[in-house]
Amino acid sequence: MRFSIYRYHPESGAKPVMQDYVLDIAPQGKMLLDAILALQESDPTLAVRRSCREGVCGSDAMNINGRNGLACVTPLADLKQPITLRPLPGLPVIRDLIVDLTQFYQQYRSIEPYLVNHDPEPEIERLQSPAERAELDGLYECILCACCSTACPSFWWNPDKFVGPAGLLQAYRFIADSRDQATNARLDDLEDPYRLFRCHSIMNCVAVCPKDLNPTEAIGKIKALLVNRTV
Amino acid sequence: MSGAHYGLRDWLAQRFSAVIMLVYTLFMVGYSATQQALNYDTWHALFSHAWMRYFTLLFALSLYLHAWVGVRDILMDYVRATWIRLPLQVAAIVALLLYTMWIVTILWSVK
Repeated sequence: MRFSIYRYHPESGAKPVMQDYVLDIAPQGKMLLDAILALQESDPTLAVRRSCREGVCGSDAMNINGRNGLACVTPLADLKQPITLRPLPGLPVIRDLIVDLTQFYQQYRSIEPYLVNHDPEPEIERLQSPAERAELDGLYECILCACCSTACPSFWWNPDKFVGPAGLLQAYRFIADSRDQATNARLDDLEDPYRLFRCHSIMNCVAVCPKDLNPTEAIGKIKALLVNRTV
Repeated sequence: MSGAHYGLRDWLAQRFSAVIMLVYTLFMVGYSATQQALNYDTWHALFSHAWMRYFTLLFALSLYLHAWVGVRDILMDYVRATWIRLPLQVAAIVALLLYTMWIVTILWSVK
């Protein structure tokens, strides 16, 4: 199989290049990550991040034939050749397919991704009804792989001011949580023209999410809550 | 954490101005389709009504408000430097204010 892979080593001073590889591999039943690891055996300088190799950790997010996804859950047989691999778009490249996710995590941190509850701690746990728990379905499954936020032009243009789809999905995850008491503060934080409202609902995030989540729907629900409490 | 709190207001304004423009557009399409002939006399008769002038002015103001939010969105996305973005935004506001005066002049010049 033929590959074209983005190579960049910032410390070397050389410009990024696309390097061609040919790999003798039977694609049936294999994932893209299997091929990348095989390539790495012949070329140990190829840098890639991966950990769980089954779509749970989100480490091996990359741009595969122009579309963000996880190499470990992308069937090799489905890909058109030459398979073009690039790092996630819009973020600084550390090396080859590895990007610096600092801005992404800063936005995640900014939405305060933890329960805020000022009631005295109960003896056992804070209970939810099955219906309240069901509100979190489609939200809590996010693995923070950054496929969605780095597919979003609004995040490319304003990564310092726009929270991005992953962060907003998590913002709604805590707004929707029946145990959280900071809903008003969370909505205040998203009411300015940048943090939430840079989203123009183009739904790139929904198209690329490897966990089939829907950040655009969560953003729409936050907007509806903002409207409800304002008008 | 967050800055100005007018994100929601502008987003809502853009949606409601779109509804007003849609109503006006449907009215104009309907009016054009139901007239025997479309000539100077039919347009003149329509725009001689005070309500039509106000309706058109409402449409134009909706258009300008809609355009302001849209243009500002584009400038916020693509023009990073504040010292360039601010004059461009002011230029857009001045242009839209001039258009407002212009449309009033045009609408109330129909004798």
